[in-house]
Amino acid sequence: MDVAVTAKEIKRDNLLQMYHYLRLTRALEDRITALYRQGRIVGGVYTSHGMEAIAVGYASALERDDIIAPFHRDMGAFLVRGFTPGEVLAQYLGKRTGPTKGKDGNVHMGDIRRGVFGFVSHLADNLPVAAGAALAFKIRGESRVVFAGTGDGGTSRGDFHEAMNLAAVRKLPVVFFCTNNQYAYSTPVRLQMAIPNVVDRAQAYGMPGDIVDGNDVAAVYLAAQHAIARARAGEGPTFLEFKTMRMHGHSEHDPAKYVPRELLEEWKKKDPILKAEQLLKQLGYGAEGYFQEVADRVKKEVEAGVEFAEQSPLPEGPEVLEGVFATRADSH
Amino acid sequence: MATMAQATEEVSYLEAISQALDEEMARDERVFLMGEDIGMYGGAFKITEGFLQKYGEWRVLDTPLAESGFVGAAIGAAMMGLRPVVEMQFADFISCAFDQITEVAAKNHYRWGAAVPMVIRAPFGGGVHGGPFHSECPEGWFFHSPGLKLVAPSTPYDAKGLLKAAIRDPNPVIYFEHKFLYRRIKSVLPKEDFVVPLGKADVKRIGNDISVITYGAMVHLALEAAQTLADEGIDLEVVDLRTLIPFDKEAIYSSVRKTSKAILLHEDNKTGGIGAEIAALLAEDCFDCLDGPIVRIAPPDTPVPFSTPLEEVFLPKTSDIIAAARKLAAY
Repeated sequence: MDVAVTAKEIKRDNLLQMYHYLRLTRALEDRITALYRQGRIVGGVYTSHGMEAIAVGYASALERDDIIAPFHRDMGAFLVRGFTPGEVLAQYLGKRTGPTKGKDGNVHMGDIRRGVFGFVSHLADNLPVAAGAALAFKIRGESRVVFAGTGDGGTSRGDFHEAMNLAAVRKLPVVFFCTNNQYAYSTPVRLQMAIPNVVDRAQAYGMPGDIVDGNDVAAVYLAAQHAIARARAGEGPTFLEFKTMRMHGHSEHDPAKYVPRELLEEWKKKDPILKAEQLLKQLGYGAEGYFQEVADRVKKEVEAGVEFAEQSPLPEGPEVLEGVFATRADSH
Repeated sequence: MATMAQATEEVSYLEAISQALDEEMARDERVFLMGEDIGMYGGAFKITEGFLQKYGEWRVLDTPLAESGFVGAAIGAAMMGLRPVVEMQFADFISCAFDQITEVAAKNHYRWGAAVPMVIRAPFGGGVHGGPFHSECPEGWFFHSPGLKLVAPSTPYDAKGLLKAAIRDPNPVIYFEHKFLYRRIKSVLPKEDFVVPLGKADVKRIGNDISVITYGAMVHLALEAAQTLADEGIDLEVVDLRTLIPFDKEAIYSSVRKTSKAILLHEDNKTGGIGAEIAALLAEDCFDCLDGPIVRIAPPDTPVPFSTPLEEVFLPKTSDIIAAARKLAAY
């Protein structure tokens, strides 16, 4: 299918906004990687480099009061939900102004008020949690939807299957997705599962599924929109497999020598920013001058964020003891 | 459904749990139940019998056989403002949900400020010929996981009051209800609404000579032993912890400062058990008030065996407490 034809269904402003978030994600994560290489960021750095279209696409298709339980390569979802580059950088630097106040690092951040669940390293852990949020919406008769994902490796875990089954049995308003970037750390998909496509797993739960080009922000947006509408209409969960390629190592310390060079060369041509620019040009929504303008704008935004984060205070040592227990249920 | 108690009517430990659930569901429409066979069947122990008819299938949810899945779902529903109470059919099965409990429920508030107000009911304990998979006392696993509250009542009054407090608490609470006590222990309960606050121990018997610090079904063993020992002039004080996290350090210390002798009694395995922690605390903070060694009475480090003579040796007995108390009294 010609994406430019179907992308016409998306409003011009939405597409331009998604392009902005693609660039912002890329600029922010490139800056984070640079800071890591300078030794200014400690701990792990897991980027969405070359996969930015997935989070930007699905987060843009959701309504404000829907919930996101992101995969750990979904920086774009945080940005679409209003996390600022400054906050994100503060999180990476372990500053008190980050969303976890230094209690956790990198993409392990969340905020109930902005509808993003804190990522848990144990992949797929947040999928049953997402099903539960959807259950709450169903019990209360709300039309809110949950969008929750994991990677190809995460779909091997029991929690993935328990969540898919639970959601299907109760027809919960949740969309599950898998970012199939072909490697779980160093393990290729062929050692992860004996089926050609991750989406085949959906059948076992009586759930419709779809394969989507994860490097095409318009395709992601449209597929997400369709699945979200289905969930909102009470028709139950959908599973989306976003096909993409992890262009960096698992973490920035990992040179990923186990990935064939040719594979990376092939996917480099399918870069989501490149693809988005081709689409915008085709639709007559933007040209080189505009792309440069956006690139300059997000760069400034990121630099302001670096300044904010670096000037922010670190937490005081005794704060280690704070927050183990809640004193009130801050629920929504 | 358990009938509402009249002021003079005795209520079993099991009925007390059922009443607490019923009253909390009636009081707060956010409270809902999930678990295996809790709806149509009324639960393996019939605690939720009649609830499905009364509250409907979206407040009493029969789940697939997937403890990790439904505990995870409870976490999500709790974060969205509901008050889930999930039932482990047996506490033993909680191991399937270990990851969700310790990594997600316990850490969410600390990590990113999301409160998880939920209760996991876990029917635990032996003495019911359940064998290795239907008799466990898994509280020790969670005792070591910051962010969880743990409750283990020994009487119908505490069972009802602590469950209500657990449901109203903004944190994940594991509620260990002892299967052996379900139909064996009865008492008259107040008609009006009451809670037993989390974190407060209760002195179930006042005494001067030796403190027995315990919880759950073992409280009743300690009380039995105290009766026998009273005839010999040994006066036991029985401290029922009631809440294991946060536990009532002050109540333990004030009892031991009075008696100067401590027996730590529990049904969970001895090594690394709750008694070990309390023993360490007493050694750290009450060393100068001790007149004898700290004594632990707990099962050996084996799974809970099935066959009667094996389980009899496994479980602490009244005679163990009596023997230990006699020895300690001589110091």
